[in-house]
Amino acid sequence: MHEFSICQSVLEQVEQMTRRQHARRVTRIVLSVGPLSGVVDVLLQRAFDALRLGSVAETAVLDIHTSAVIVACPSCKKESRVPTNRLVCPHCQQWQTTLVSGDELVLLRIVFAPNTLSDNGHSVENEHV
Amino acid sequence: MCNTCGCDANDHQHKHHAPSALVPESAELYTAILQPDEIVAARNRQQFEHHRVLVVNLMSSPGSGKTQLIEQTIQTLNDEITIAVIEGDLDTENDALRIRRHGVQAEQITTGTACHLDAAMIETVLPRFSLDTIDILFIENVGNLICPACFDLGQDVNVVLLSVPEGDDKPEKYPVMFRAADLMLITKTDYLPVATTFSIQRATQSFRNVGGRAPVQELAAPLDRGVSAWIDWLLSAYAQKFTVLSTPSPSETADAPPKC
Repeated sequence: MHEFSICQSVLEQVEQMTRRQHARRVTRIVLSVGPLSGVVDVLLQRAFDALRLGSVAETAVLDIHTSAVIVACPSCKKESRVPTNRLVCPHCQQWQTTLVSGDELVLLRIVFAPNTLSDNGHSVENEHV
Repeated sequence: MCNTCGCDANDHQHKHHAPSALVPESAELYTAILQPDEIVAARNRQQFEHHRVLVVNLMSSPGSGKTQLIEQTIQTLNDEITIAVIEGDLDTENDALRIRRHGVQAEQITTGTACHLDAAMIETVLPRFSLDTIDILFIENVGNLICPACFDLGQDVNVVLLSVPEGDDKPEKYPVMFRAADLMLITKTDYLPVATTFSIQRATQSFRNVGGRAPVQELAAPLDRGVSAWIDWLLSAYAQKFTVLSTPSPSETADAPPKC
């Protein structure tokens, strides 16, 4: 359920960056979401489909990269890919591992649409500032 | 701004760029999505440090004994330590009323349908407290084993409760929540004689499997069992925070709870 507020946060940052770059529209937003971030990609996508309407990302694609859960073992020094609910070292069973990746919730990249003259005309008409 | 091409030029004599020339193709970022929340959480944390308040975020399923734990703590520490409470629930003031009966200030946040508390909600109620007079502030999060784990409120420690009737495999079912714990408290152990499928050892193992490194304690509040171990842990968390604060070192900024 909190995917809505998280998506809102993504869109706020996207709007801000779009203004800063003098762009009008965004064609792609790339996120990295770890399985241990507590965010479900399908729900985030659904929230995006509702919230993008009327935003600079109205026609954008939301590209969610799911990172792997990787732990580092302090005993055998190996890094291993593990399931989300078993962060124990699969080689030596050490449980005091360190998470290397898997809990990210990161905005990686925004792709902007080139401004067209009609974009500019449109934005001037609707200029609020 | 030039109304023709949207660029920053103020004189209208400039040569217009090709429409796309001003806009970069993309922006490569690597920013935390919850950065706006983290900024508010950091503001809260600063206030708590300034007023020397230890903030304990209690998280668990509904009905696992969070309010009872606070009541028990108040009864035990009443004369030595000033406690205050922020209660988070979807609706009702029931929990705040329970706490106020003990003469302790409790502010209720009703979230409507929101599944967690966030840093901004906490910031909004903080002016109702006189933080200088408070030693420990409990935040009783919305009963939910999923969402609250993802939102930093500015707390010092997370205590996650797992009550015996819930079953001993909950950590592996909700790894994000249990991974965030600085203490896992197995509550309602007075039910152990009838909850024959629950094993303390399995619950602890389940917690270790999801990367839980924190201590595990048992508590049977009505029987007063395990209360003193909990109080010791709480007071040592308080002492640790303020010893660290009085001798700050640049490497100790990692005091914040783990981000999820």
